[in-house]
Amino acid sequence: MGLPDASGDLSSEMEVDAFRRLFPLRFYERHLAESIRPDGRPLGRARDTTIALGAVTSADGSALAKIGSTTMLAAVKMEVMTPSMESPDEGCIAIDFHMPPICSPIVRPGRPAEAAPVVSKQLSDTISSGKAAWMAYLDIYCLDADGALFDAALLSAVAALFHLQIPAVSLNDDGKIVVSEEDGGKLEKEPVNKEKRKLTLRSIPFSLTCILHKNYILADPTSEEEAIMETLVTVVLDSSSQLISLYKPGGAVLAYTSAVQDCIALTRQRVRELQKILDEANSGMEVD
Amino acid sequence: MEIDRVDGRTANQLRPLACSRNILNRAHGSASWSQGDTKVLAAVYGPKAGVKKNENPEKACVEVIWKPKTGQIGKLEREYEMIVKRTLQSICILTINPNTTTSVIVQVVNDDGSLLPCAINAACAALIDAGIPLKHLAVAICCCLADSGYVILDPTKLEEQKMKAFAYLVFPNLILSVLPEGSLKVVGEPMEHAIITSVTQGAMSVDDYLHCLDRGRAATAKMSAFLRKTLQPQISSDSSKAG
Repeated sequence: MGLPDASGDLSSEMEVDAFRRLFPLRFYERHLAESIRPDGRPLGRARDTTIALGAVTSADGSALAKIGSTTMLAAVKMEVMTPSMESPDEGCIAIDFHMPPICSPIVRPGRPAEAAPVVSKQLSDTISSGKAAWMAYLDIYCLDADGALFDAALLSAVAALFHLQIPAVSLNDDGKIVVSEEDGGKLEKEPVNKEKRKLTLRSIPFSLTCILHKNYILADPTSEEEAIMETLVTVVLDSSSQLISLYKPGGAVLAYTSAVQDCIALTRQRVRELQKILDEANSGMEVD
Repeated sequence: MEIDRVDGRTANQLRPLACSRNILNRAHGSASWSQGDTKVLAAVYGPKAGVKKNENPEKACVEVIWKPKTGQIGKLEREYEMIVKRTLQSICILTINPNTTTSVIVQVVNDDGSLLPCAINAACAALIDAGIPLKHLAVAICCCLADSGYVILDPTKLEEQKMKAFAYLVFPNLILSVLPEGSLKVVGEPMEHAIITSVTQGAMSVDDYLHCLDRGRAATAKMSAFLRKTLQPQISSDSSKAG
């Protein structure tokens, strides 16, 4: 096997797949020079995104989000709790992010992936709730990890909360609040809230992860791209264009102000796309 | 409009900085960094042979262990470990000693706000003390945004909790650097203006964030001058360390 010469034209001597495995960075740079990526996307475009609401019928709210091949399933269960002393009007939300071994060849059973606790913490920082004395358990399962985990997780969490309907409750004899039976024949007590209410969300956060490599900014990376070019920037904007988070955890490439502004601009565009997709999914549900 | 801070500082004023090197005997490098009452101790061991699973053996690797002052290690500590690891990996020259692991242990001695930047500064000073080859130094700072849109630097814990949003920013610091002259200016902006790491919490507008970046940059000039001054004189009197 000859070594590549300075002109680098080894691709004529070996198959494209072999070149991709052996010299991944050069393979990518050849594509970036033409402003395109191996899967045919232009640099600023994200992969096809779909949202399916109500994927889990036993949960109070759920959603399945897919960005390209990255699949996340989020489900919310509500429970009544006594609020804490400091904030008697606020409920609380507990977020757990799981990466079961099904999602990726590098995750093995018994050892939690490095990303899992980090993504859960980032999600807790981004989403905050505050309604009555409800405790919401939000669980997100990664079913397929193919890059941009945080984006898909946030999208599925937001969609699940969008889909959430707070169950009807009533006061029983001991003065405790119990969840009433849905289609039970007789209700002994009048339910405190007659119908299931939907959660009103103040403003919805959407995110976009970009990779910085030399002068290029690649939006929505796949796991292969993430492994080769390690510098990630995740920007979370909400629907009122406030910056919720700009997360860049180190990385070999430094972000100049111009790069930061480009990432934010790409994210703004993505927020509009995601808002539209979420609205379509929502109206699709209501027709049923 | 002036903002009143509890300890009487102005918006741009940092707390008193203190840094000591070589405080642990057995570690290959160690440093403690304190900003006001926040104090962090960092120790460096390495390079040791071998890398962990899933790491690239063609490069050196940095492993970070974060020890909180009290309590069990949870998600927050894991996230901090990841952020410090990736920040330090971007400043180390990873190709010099391939297939080795350098361990950085960060011990929180006291947390009074701006903890992560203090830890990154301590880790950077410890790496210098250990003699690990670095491309350039890193200086970290915390910028807080008040409701009125005012930016204050280096908040205490109380200020951090009261404020609408804050951002931890890490900038490179390179008066002397191994990089060639030409690469120091990209798109007309000097390299000191780029960010290595940014972690924000709370909602702020995009302009406020850019404003924080500017203020943070201005303040890091003072911090880097302090860092270099503290580390300079001990280099000539350093005895060689084992390992």
